[in-house]
Amino acid sequence: MTLLIIVLAFILLAIIIIQISRINEIAKTIRGEEQALLSSSRKQSRYLLIFMVLFLFGTIVSAYLYKNYMLGYGPHTAASEHGPSLDRLFNVTLAITGIVFVITHIALFYFGYKYSYRVGQKATFMPHDNKLEIIWTAIPAFAMFALVINGLIAWNDVMADVDPDEDYMEIEATGYQFAWILRYPGEDGKLGSRDFRKINSINPLGQDWTDIKNLDDIQPTDLVLPVNKKVRVRITARDVLHDFYLPHFRLKMDAVPGLPTFFVFTPTITTEEYREQLAEYPEYQVPADPTDPNGPEKWEQFDFELACAELCGSGHYSMRKRVIILEQAEYDAWLREQNSYYLGSVRGTKEDPFADQLLQFEIDERNVAFEEAFETALEAENPDEKIIQLEHVYFETGSAQLTPLSQYELDNIKVAMQANPSVVLEISGHTDNTGDPEGNQVLSQQRADAVFNYIAQGLDGERIIAVGYGQSNPIDSNDTEEGRVKNRRTEIKIISQ
Amino acid sequence: MADSVDTTLYKKEDALIEELGYDDHFHEHHHGDKYQASFITKYIFSQDHKIIAKQFLITGMIWAIIGAAMSVIFRMQLGFPEESLTWIKPLLGKWIVVDANGVGTLDPEFYYALVTMHGTILVFFVLTAGLSGTFSNLLIPLQVGARDMASPFLNMLSYWFFFLAGIIMFISLFLNTGPFSGGWVAYPPLSALPEASSGSKAGMTMWTMSLVFFVVSVLLGGINYITTVLNLRTKGMSMWRLPLTIWAFLVTAILGLLSFPVLVAAFFLLMFDRGIGTSFYLSEIYIGGQALDHVGGSPILYQHLFWFLGHPEVYIIILPAMGLVSEVLSVQSRKPIFGYRAMVLSILAIGFLSFLVWAHHMFMSGVNPFISNIFVVFTLIIAVPSAVKVFNWISTLYRGNVRLNTPALFAIGFVSMFISGGLTGIFLGNSALDIQLHDTYFVVAHFHIVMGVAAFFGMFAGIYHWFPKLYGRFMDETMGKIHFWGTMIGAYVIFWPMHYLGMVGVPRRYYSFDAYQAFSDFDEMNMFITVGAIITFGLQLVFVINFFYSIWKGKKQTVRNPWGATSLEWTTPIRPGHGNWPGKIPSVHRWAYDYGKDGKEFIPQITPLAEGEEPSDH
Repeated sequence: MTLLIIVLAFILLAIIIIQISRINEIAKTIRGEEQALLSSSRKQSRYLLIFMVLFLFGTIVSAYLYKNYMLGYGPHTAASEHGPSLDRLFNVTLAITGIVFVITHIALFYFGYKYSYRVGQKATFMPHDNKLEIIWTAIPAFAMFALVINGLIAWNDVMADVDPDEDYMEIEATGYQFAWILRYPGEDGKLGSRDFRKINSINPLGQDWTDIKNLDDIQPTDLVLPVNKKVRVRITARDVLHDFYLPHFRLKMDAVPGLPTFFVFTPTITTEEYREQLAEYPEYQVPADPTDPNGPEKWEQFDFELACAELCGSGHYSMRKRVIILEQAEYDAWLREQNSYYLGSVRGTKEDPFADQLLQFEIDERNVAFEEAFETALEAENPDEKIIQLEHVYFETGSAQLTPLSQYELDNIKVAMQANPSVVLEISGHTDNTGDPEGNQVLSQQRADAVFNYIAQGLDGERIIAVGYGQSNPIDSNDTEEGRVKNRRTEIKIISQ
Repeated sequence: MADSVDTTLYKKEDALIEELGYDDHFHEHHHGDKYQASFITKYIFSQDHKIIAKQFLITGMIWAIIGAAMSVIFRMQLGFPEESLTWIKPLLGKWIVVDANGVGTLDPEFYYALVTMHGTILVFFVLTAGLSGTFSNLLIPLQVGARDMASPFLNMLSYWFFFLAGIIMFISLFLNTGPFSGGWVAYPPLSALPEASSGSKAGMTMWTMSLVFFVVSVLLGGINYITTVLNLRTKGMSMWRLPLTIWAFLVTAILGLLSFPVLVAAFFLLMFDRGIGTSFYLSEIYIGGQALDHVGGSPILYQHLFWFLGHPEVYIIILPAMGLVSEVLSVQSRKPIFGYRAMVLSILAIGFLSFLVWAHHMFMSGVNPFISNIFVVFTLIIAVPSAVKVFNWISTLYRGNVRLNTPALFAIGFVSMFISGGLTGIFLGNSALDIQLHDTYFVVAHFHIVMGVAAFFGMFAGIYHWFPKLYGRFMDETMGKIHFWGTMIGAYVIFWPMHYLGMVGVPRRYYSFDAYQAFSDFDEMNMFITVGAIITFGLQLVFVINFFYSIWKGKKQTVRNPWGATSLEWTTPIRPGHGNWPGKIPSVHRWAYDYGKDGKEFIPQITPLAEGEEPSDH
């Protein structure tokens, strides 16, 4: 129906236009061709002049109205160190082209008006003027030269890679359909290696987990950076082209699969400071959510943003990420809260090449934890508190064979014993109540002996006793699997010190 | 307008052709010769350049309507994202997704398909084939004084390959998986991987097929235009006496001949990557849940190959428009084009430099930043000949006697558009500024004004000016002026605000801006642009009505040379037959721009120098 009305309206309009044209045509024949041309030329020449005035006026007024959105005017100042140089270049170019724009438009439309057709007006025969040609070749050439020089200085400055000796941090952004994955190097300050063939659902970047540089890399949700610190962003893509685009930082670079690119920049203003800056402008003093007039104002909700600027498929418009610039101290605090992606999502899964061994930091952590526990036990008065459960000592199922990972904890005991030569220990083995109580008794004794054999090497054997308690000393209910897990345990107990 | 002069002049003219013309023993066959014996050979598989010109023009117009209508649909999505589009569901079917409340929205995939098709159709089918194809065919033989093209047969093939390309592209619009949707530049891997986008399945296959046939068409046409201009000029028509239209068409054809094959090469490598597992453009890709085998290719290689065509292509579009405008401005202001040689040299300079600037489309694509330095320099150098042309056009109006009819108005409008759009090119050509402006609406504004609207204005100026030559009638002036002013105002209404969007950093090719704070503040402006686009589109239909109305009902051309022009096309009969001139081919004795010389309003090229007269083309 709507379609029909549109078609009908259109046909009607066509008929009207054709009729008007025919009336004009008839009028023309009555007045004569010459007269018709004369009057229409005169009319059109006035239109040209009116158009020129309105057009130039419109461009200037609209530029004024939108000045707050232009580079470097109003609140949209650049938030990066190189940004202002680009904004300045933009304004220089705008000034030069603006002058040319106004002059040529005035000349074009004014000549159209001034020299429109008149009876008896003779056109002047002036085929060329080489002097003029040289002048108006030279002037633009000179202007272009100036712009090129300024542009190239800025360009080469902005695009330069970091000097390996200078102080910078490197992060990585990887585009895929349709989001970004950010990667920070973690404590070692280095990003680990990647191989696209290793990508799968729990390894979205194809990180090579055998490369220990990868183990502390983090994948934060937001792009968080410290202010005034030089950042080198390594930009890659996983499937198709994307473009890492930070409009507020005057930064844009394609993400190309198989060909990492980079962009170096330094944020110069924190999100908080930028918000304060926006707060001065009325267009930011309105409620952020129009349906909630008492809610926070727009400037309070402002965030820098990361966007995609290279067509990458049907979700191209939805690759937003929040960008947060913090003071160095706040940034450090934030960074401390971030967990390594490996530890959070990969450690212990079938993807983890180190599943059957401890990583150094884990060894260190357990060491510290054990030392603390040992210290507490030494100082405790109550005999119950002189017991330490060995949470990291395990045996193969149904046997007294220690698992390889148990050695670290046992080494800790050894070290503690050497450091405290007067301490005498009991190693106690416990089981749950499944199976034959006799058998459990034997197994717990064998397990306690296995631990004894490991620790006793290089120590005075007199200082250690190994006792198997079987299922006689449960610390939790044997009715649940959880409880039974707790009951199967190895403990050490400080007998004297 | 100049009736009284004409009647006597024509006798004199015919006598001049008879006396001085070149006799190639051409005889007009009044009952049709073997090339136009039947309706089919005369109007369909015609080898007559004038018919082929009309075929290109009308096909181009049909494509222009389709392409522009697409832009109206996606502009409605951008301008009125909340409005229901259910009413175009009968046309778009499943691509309008209707939610539970009955509100229909455009599917994002199809939004990108529309954007892609709009670009492809307008750039290739309308502004390359429709513009250069129409006017090179019409004017080259007529203005150089030739009976027809060097090879009328290849010329016919040129149109039919274009037609075939169009048919394939048209069919691809109706594919179940949708037409190609990866942007008119078709960057791989998006265009290479069917997993990446549903438009990259069969739609992309048909897109490349279509464009390969299209390139065949361009090459067949181009080789013909070049040969005709170089070899079939009439007696006395030296290169320096050619009208600027012919210079523009010649350089356009050379650019096409040198650059389009590179595009075909790029497409073939892309097809190999798609079809037979090569890795020219693909490397280290994980998509659709698996890592692909491709290693070692470079997507940037495709961009180099594409833009090696792509940049000359924008001059392939704009040069013919420049040629037409130069001619129209000169004829309608009754003055020689100012600085003819400077104009020719600037066409040649633009043509040459257009091959050295392609990577300015790739500043931010990961090429070595050092390389960009060179392309910045050449890009800004190309602004110089462009500026020279503008100054010469403006000086052509100066102290003229300008008939402000529709062709002249469109020519003036062209100059305005070319200035506005050209100046923003100075921003974008400077790589440092391109960091911020690349792939934003600033770019959209720039190229639409400078090569979209401007080229259309050149084309309109040409159509209104040479309509009598095509159909022996005039187009209606009232409708023409409504069309001009509507389009002039409309084009600026649509594209001027986009500069501001671009300065904020709003990226192009976004289906929706809602997710971003930085880009979502411009609902009103987007609405304004969309309303402008709908109205301007409606005004183009005034042109279509005028065109077809005037073919049958327009004011009849009663005099042979209605504009009082000097060039040869106006020395033929009002409806030139096969072979253009019934008798001898006229010979040429002067350049094409003797307007207002020695007190005479104009002196046709066929007129020998008067005694003691200095030639103007020194």
